[in-house]
Amino acid sequence: MNQFSNLISSIEITNKTNAKIDALVNYFNTAPDKDKLWLIALFTGKRPSRPVKTTLMKAWCMEITNLPEWLFLESYSTVGDLGETLALLLPKPTHHLDLSLNEWMSELRALKSKSEQDKKAFVLEAWSGLDQQERLIFNKLIGGSFRIGVSKKTLVNALAKLTNIDANQLMHSIIGNWDVDNITFEELIHGKHINYDNSKPYPFCLAYALEKDLPELGEPNDWIVEQKWDGIRGQIVKRNKEIYIWSRGEELVTSQFPELIEAMSNFTDDFVIDGEILAMKDNDVLLFNDLQKRLNRKNVTKKLLDEVPIGFYAYDILEYNGNDIRERPFKERRKRLESIFNSVALPEHIQLSFLVDFSQWDALYDIRDNSRAINSEGLMLKQKKSPYHTGRKKGDWWKWKVDPLTIDAVMIYAQKGSGRRSSKYTDYTFAVKKDDALVTVAKAYSGLTDKEITEISQWVNKNAIEKFGPVRTVKPELVFEIAFEGIALSNRHKSGVALRFPRIARWRKDKPVDEIDTIETVKKLITAP
Amino acid sequence: MSQENQLIKFTKKGIYCPQGKFYLDPWYPVDYAVISHGHADHARWGMKRYLCTDDSKTILKHRLGTDIKTESIPYNHSITINGVELSFHPAGHVIGSSQIRLEYKGFVVVFSGDYKTQPDFISVPYEPIKCHTFITESTFGLPIYNWKSEKELQAELQSWVKTNQENNRTSVFLGYSLGKAQRLMSLLDGCDDVYVHRAIHNLNEAISNSGIELPETKLWSAELDKKTLQNKIIIAPPALLGSRMLKRVPNAATAICSGWMQIRGNRRWQAVDAGFVVSDHADWNGLISAIKATEAEQVYVTHGSQAVFSKYLNEIGIKADELKTEYGDEALAKAEKETENIETK
Repeated sequence: MNQFSNLISSIEITNKTNAKIDALVNYFNTAPDKDKLWLIALFTGKRPSRPVKTTLMKAWCMEITNLPEWLFLESYSTVGDLGETLALLLPKPTHHLDLSLNEWMSELRALKSKSEQDKKAFVLEAWSGLDQQERLIFNKLIGGSFRIGVSKKTLVNALAKLTNIDANQLMHSIIGNWDVDNITFEELIHGKHINYDNSKPYPFCLAYALEKDLPELGEPNDWIVEQKWDGIRGQIVKRNKEIYIWSRGEELVTSQFPELIEAMSNFTDDFVIDGEILAMKDNDVLLFNDLQKRLNRKNVTKKLLDEVPIGFYAYDILEYNGNDIRERPFKERRKRLESIFNSVALPEHIQLSFLVDFSQWDALYDIRDNSRAINSEGLMLKQKKSPYHTGRKKGDWWKWKVDPLTIDAVMIYAQKGSGRRSSKYTDYTFAVKKDDALVTVAKAYSGLTDKEITEISQWVNKNAIEKFGPVRTVKPELVFEIAFEGIALSNRHKSGVALRFPRIARWRKDKPVDEIDTIETVKKLITAP
Repeated sequence: MSQENQLIKFTKKGIYCPQGKFYLDPWYPVDYAVISHGHADHARWGMKRYLCTDDSKTILKHRLGTDIKTESIPYNHSITINGVELSFHPAGHVIGSSQIRLEYKGFVVVFSGDYKTQPDFISVPYEPIKCHTFITESTFGLPIYNWKSEKELQAELQSWVKTNQENNRTSVFLGYSLGKAQRLMSLLDGCDDVYVHRAIHNLNEAISNSGIELPETKLWSAELDKKTLQNKIIIAPPALLGSRMLKRVPNAATAICSGWMQIRGNRRWQAVDAGFVVSDHADWNGLISAIKATEAEQVYVTHGSQAVFSKYLNEIGIKADELKTEYGDEALAKAEKETENIETK
């Protein structure tokens, strides 16, 4: 496992994607065949199910170290990762076990059906025969994520660099249907088990933010305007009765959206369609926060399917019955899209993106401002003549987003992050005034620089009121401008309001705490356009 | 007044000895300050008189100015101040670092300052002192902190340098100029040419002039030809991270050396090439064994994991209370930067 352990060490220390890719390439160049397959399996969610429960591992560690539970938890909250906490708390190894990744994985697969006693004997033997870093990896092999910033895409880029095979083909290969026992590394990367012709995607056409006044765009009649939706862009590839969904990040996300696959199988034609995957209920678009519950799940449960149903707004068509039509004008492609969608009865949440009816530029301002009411981010302006460009190109497509709403609030709680951020206080809770007291309005963790986070972490260490557990209550002193995309009344929140996508716009070092907003002023934003 | 209260009182300016009329490592200006070691959060400006170990004296003068009024005595040698018997004992933390022992009418208090129980190649090793009241630090007072032996650490650092050299890279180690820098010098001695930042160079010179032998190093200055540094070793204060001077080093591989590097998240946070667990402080087992060895009836826990550590001590039957001070890692980082007046641009 030494080789795999070194790979993880060199990947986790760097935040440069290229360095990660180089380390992976180096591993692929030197590791045994089965180890390489396991590596790919581990980083693409094809891992065996967890053979040992974390509660047992925790209990065994406490038994060995003779530590009280509260101290174990205190350690865990400092480290921010259970597998690592165990690795650090356990006594030094007494001997050294030298097994390959494949050997460990085979042992772990066999462990699943063993008795608790046998499991314990196996885990304890491993712990006493591995050094700290290997022990951490062993704990991660049992279950849990490595959190080292290696996405499927990074893995694919490393394989592409190694083999010169097309990255999207590799993406299809590695997430395709294969098993460590039934394939060789060569077979896997050459896609012996897949037919790439059926899944091959096109690059997405992307828009720039509008940087001029509307009249400068020319005749309103030359443009088609749609609402801009904030889900995830998806390209649905339907060829020879096979259906694939590609995300904008060039990952295959097909298995995450069974409803979409089912709906698409109603069509008889083959096509490649670009559109937005959204969470939808009763024909209304839900918040991105809701959609997030559906993303990157290994299993989509029935419960989740009911709770967060997926919808789709089709924007464009790139290929029709085998013909690449990206160079045809948008107006014509849209017609084609309409005729396809009108030819088949579809579930109501799968539909064409509706067009904004307007004849004067002036009419668009109000429509844009009202976007929030339907959980839209603003408007998209597309030139009728435009081809479906490759990548981001200025001029033909513009996005015109609504301005975010902002309030000034004070930090009252801080919590450490996880993974790379586990040493710093990165997650904050903010409050506004309510009479003489404070009331929580938002939790946010993005929008600050590393330097600011470091500064805030030091401040939190000095100004924490509560000392135990992961959350620190701090003196209400630091004021931040919080930006958010929408606000709604909510009886699930103590403050009575729910903010959509709250994030830190900036740290208001200039503002004293008595100048923060009150809950009344915040509520006024609800009716404001 | 209890015997303990005659010896120590916790005040806003620092830990005070009412009988002896002096302070221990005070954080505000006072008339008479007894100093455990030269780090900037313990030895501060503005005291009318200082008392420290012989080994710390040059360091204090170098850092706080040659005009300060300083007396010094050797380790394990006692003097009497207003009836209080005072002596310094090795703390194993940095060169010159000491625990301060106070005795009055048979009652003994030991203030540990900062300490490290594990011996290294450069500072006088820590010695446990029996006492009634022990004031301990708790920087690494969690059971996740356990250090490797000095030999293992040496092998780890030197093998990193070797790998860097094979890849045509220059090894840069970041650590405080007092303590960590000299420790790194001792760990890397004989490996290859070691260049040190001017702040470290000047301090080394002062230490050497007082008769303490240090491994050989060269000054890392901006005028040096890039080629000279290629594949060599550089030791610099942490404040240099991200500085222009560091960016000019050819193919630098940068490592942070600190006990905090024990945690993966801390190593990854900094965006450096390596993080080595090199600490001047006692690890978890070091703290526990040191406290047990004092046989103290009362323990006060200062900077670090006070709350957790004192709770645990009480659970294992050692009476302990938290003590709020102005010492600690962040105070140190800030104060060290100011003391050295390091140009980071």
